[in-house]
Amino acid sequence: MKYIIAVIQPEKLDEVLDELTKNDVHLATVSNIMGRGVQKGIAEVYRSHKEAGSLLKKVKLELAVNDDFVDATIEAISKGAKTGAIGDGKIFVLNLEECVRIRTGEKGSGAIG
Amino acid sequence: MLTISRRISVIVSLCLFSYIGLISETFSNETSLETINSGDTAFVLVCAALVLLMTPGLAFFYGGLVRKKNFLSVLIQCYIIIGIVTLQWVFIGYSFSFGSSELITGFIGGFDHFALKNVGMEAKGTIPHSAFMIFQGMFAIITPALIIGAFAERTRFSAMCIFMLLWTTLVYDPVCHWVWGGGFIGAMGALDFAGGTVVHINAGVAALAFALFVGKRKGYPDKISPPHNLPFAILGTGILWFGWFGFNAGSELAADGIAANAFVVTHVAAATAVIAWAILDWIINKKPTVLGVITGAVAGLVAITPASGFVNPMGAIIIGFGSSSICYFFVAYLKPKFGYDDSLDVFGVHGIGGIWGAIATGFLADEAIGGTAGSLAQTMIQIKSVIITIGYAFIMTYILLFIVNLFVKLRVTTEEELIGLDLSDHRESAYTVLE
Repeated sequence: MKYIIAVIQPEKLDEVLDELTKNDVHLATVSNIMGRGVQKGIAEVYRSHKEAGSLLKKVKLELAVNDDFVDATIEAISKGAKTGAIGDGKIFVLNLEECVRIRTGEKGSGAIG
Repeated sequence: MLTISRRISVIVSLCLFSYIGLISETFSNETSLETINSGDTAFVLVCAALVLLMTPGLAFFYGGLVRKKNFLSVLIQCYIIIGIVTLQWVFIGYSFSFGSSELITGFIGGFDHFALKNVGMEAKGTIPHSAFMIFQGMFAIITPALIIGAFAERTRFSAMCIFMLLWTTLVYDPVCHWVWGGGFIGAMGALDFAGGTVVHINAGVAALAFALFVGKRKGYPDKISPPHNLPFAILGTGILWFGWFGFNAGSELAADGIAANAFVVTHVAAATAVIAWAILDWIINKKPTVLGVITGAVAGLVAITPASGFVNPMGAIIIGFGSSSICYFFVAYLKPKFGYDDSLDVFGVHGIGGIWGAIATGFLADEAIGGTAGSLAQTMIQIKSVIITIGYAFIMTYILLFIVNLFVKLRVTTEEELIGLDLSDHRESAYTVLE
């Protein structure tokens, strides 16, 4: 079991979710976040004052997947989120120790899907 | 001691006020023509301010309904239209709409009031000419602003500005002239008290043409997020409702019985439409919804607009109930079948509600109020005026869109659309994520 965290451009979320659906990955948690990497984002301007170089709006996806789905998930996220420009984001893959379905008390791989 | 000095100050200020009043009365008697009525003038000026307030109200009504990445784009579109149309109105719009000479007889006014020439303190009816001009100018502002709802979230700001200037000049001004400026629809005997054809059908049909021309938003209909801030939409509707009293009652251009009747029927129709939409929602979707209630309010206000100087409160109830029912049916059942993306239902509410109101005026008119009794013949005249307006507004809007699109693309790029217009067109965000 792996826990996959992806930080992507907000406007690519729909495409990433579409790609995941195509690969039978339906479960995901999504949140609005701020982040910063090496890229420069779209600077906002307020009364001619440029708000640049600070944190940029990003979207974070978190998915728990069984081992068979790890490669497909990574590929799907990459395909959906990629523009080729700096700022496309990153994917982090972590080992997942346990997963419990609250309703049934089921544990492990069976509880993920 | 304190109370005595207070009393003295009250007496002194009362004397002062009445003295100032006396001076200003003398002054106004000297400068103005004798037909100007101070009550009517005060009323129309206040109503003009109320009608202006409708556009920021509309901005929040529409803005609350779009996704948060496009919130500011809708607000700025409304505000820039206030700027563009005001200057257009000052230079050419008023002259084209209400000019006494005509460029094309019965069709469009001439240049006699170019840059407000001969529009000043002299009387027009019982109010100063400039009061009449600015009151009508507020109508010219809100009408193109209504169209925004149809093309929200995907239209380039620069192209929209050019389109709005052309549309106001070549669609709003002529239609306004036809109906109110001495043109051929008014001469036909069609009844349009405050703008069923000129404002709502005109804007509603233009909205349909725009939605068809610019295409659906990416992800429509299944992947568009719900309204981002319904409380703003409610607040916006409240401001619209409030401003609508100026719109309808003010259209009498005098503080008299017909203005009072227009005020009453406007309110009664909106209230009825609110209840009607809520009941329909309750029956069909099992719950009354906030968006339904405010949509009903707008549908009722739209439909009563042409009728407000001609129907009695019972007629207003029929118009309000009918408007919610017809608009509900159209928005919930017919629009999805057609498949076009009129994002905020400008055609479904203003177009359809306006058509219903204009036709209903023909058979619900009460002779005791506006001097015209409802009849089949009057209804036929109403239908004729509606068809002419629909045809002209649709064809001209489509031609203007085609021309503007040759020079500046109306639709933003897919990337800009996904990022959202606030950031891509205006470099601003409505909300921050962190403090």
